[in-house]
Amino acid sequence: MDKKLVIPGEFLSDDPLLADEGTYVEDNKVFSTVFGIASFKNHVRVVPLSGKYIPKPGDLIIGVIKEVTYSNWIVDIRSPYDGLLHISEFPRRIENDEMSKYLKMGDSIMTLVSDVDANMKVELTLNDQRLRPIKEGRMIEVTPSKVPRFIGRSGSMIAMLKNETKCNIFIGQNGRIWITGRDNEMELAIKSLLKIERETHISGLTDRVTRFLKEQKGEKVQEKEPEKKEENIEEDKEKKESEGILDELLGNEK
Amino acid sequence: MSKPEKLIENGIRLDGRKPDELRPIKIQVGVLNRADGSCYFEFGGNKVIAAVYGPREVHPRHMQKSNSAVVRYRYNMASFSVEDRKRPGPDRRSIEVSKVSREALEPVIFQEYFPRSAIDIFVEVLQADAGTRTAGINAASIALADAGIPMKSLISACAVGKIDDTLVLDLNKDEDNYGQADMPIAMTPDGRITLIQMDGNLKKDEFKEAIEMAKTGCMAIHEMQKAALMEKYSSQIEGENNE
Repeated sequence: MDKKLVIPGEFLSDDPLLADEGTYVEDNKVFSTVFGIASFKNHVRVVPLSGKYIPKPGDLIIGVIKEVTYSNWIVDIRSPYDGLLHISEFPRRIENDEMSKYLKMGDSIMTLVSDVDANMKVELTLNDQRLRPIKEGRMIEVTPSKVPRFIGRSGSMIAMLKNETKCNIFIGQNGRIWITGRDNEMELAIKSLLKIERETHISGLTDRVTRFLKEQKGEKVQEKEPEKKEENIEEDKEKKESEGILDELLGNEK
Repeated sequence: MSKPEKLIENGIRLDGRKPDELRPIKIQVGVLNRADGSCYFEFGGNKVIAAVYGPREVHPRHMQKSNSAVVRYRYNMASFSVEDRKRPGPDRRSIEVSKVSREALEPVIFQEYFPRSAIDIFVEVLQADAGTRTAGINAASIALADAGIPMKSLISACAVGKIDDTLVLDLNKDEDNYGQADMPIAMTPDGRITLIQMDGNLKKDEFKEAIEMAKTGCMAIHEMQKAALMEKYSSQIEGENNE
């Protein structure tokens, strides 16, 4: 059996060398630390079904500005630990008293975790082509440990979602998802994302979600046929403009 | 209510149970959707609800530990949980139960994984019927797992006691009030004890036998805790569509 639902303390393997995330070794045996899904391919690891986001360097996440201090922005990254964005990590050279002008309390940003020290001091940066403040669109929150499922194997799930909903979707490692597109398409994207969140542990998910999306759209197409032709022309124009900016923004996400 | 003449006759207790029989247990996981983890636990007439929040920021700041999470456990009895209205707020007994329960769970929680944070556990007793602290620990254990907090294992708890010179498992209210000894015990599935307290008198060999009895009780409870967690996600998980 490839996968199994396990509880903390459940025995997983006799080989301590295979122990990976979500496990601990005692008496030369591997046990689970969390309530989640254990996978036995190559290494033995357990992905928890719930849990907070713990930042690690290299994670691309979405943060919300909590506080503006003299030389730092304090950012809520949906973790027990706050992120610190130093003024020098802003892509432009700005003065300390101008900070609020660029990023004020409540603003959202796509940011990168540059460092996490032993005391869990989390340093963030915006100095990267991929990173920008978020000005429009919608944001939802999902369980951080399920993020790989939203992306899918080699990005298959997220590619399918973007394709079917014609929205641009960015998934932060901290479980925040940013979506931009037309209103009803964003609505559709959000419905599918919440469906994935509820059903991560059930097999055949990608196919089910694809079918769900097609059904939802199928109904819409039938209802709106006469209007659709006009919409399409406008849609195409809009898309060409927005695609340019968004490609720049999202470029090469994981 | 005065003492009943006999608490156990011909091996049958007042509520019809055999000496080594547990009271009926009912468990529901994830009943509070605002909490990170939660569990509703019924143990005989006891009805308790446990909520776990964390790991989260510690407020007040001075209570945080630089290299590990701080575990906080609050046991509270609702005013309506007992026949004679309990005045709201912590009293000495609640503070004692909170402390020992916290110490029963701490050894299995991987606190070092979350420096400078807090794991808050709240246990509210909605109805009390002897054994609330063990019910609380059982519920808290499940709630911690539900919250995704890494642990070495779950903790299971039950009480053993002596009534009319007979050792019995899981005392109810009358057996607790009129019995000769009451010993709540909490342990890991492999039998390592994390909580043991005694009220009353036991001879040395009775004590040893009582621990063995508690072990079987806790094993049975552990199976039920596991089943309740699994039930929350009872669907096929095998499949290639992962990662």
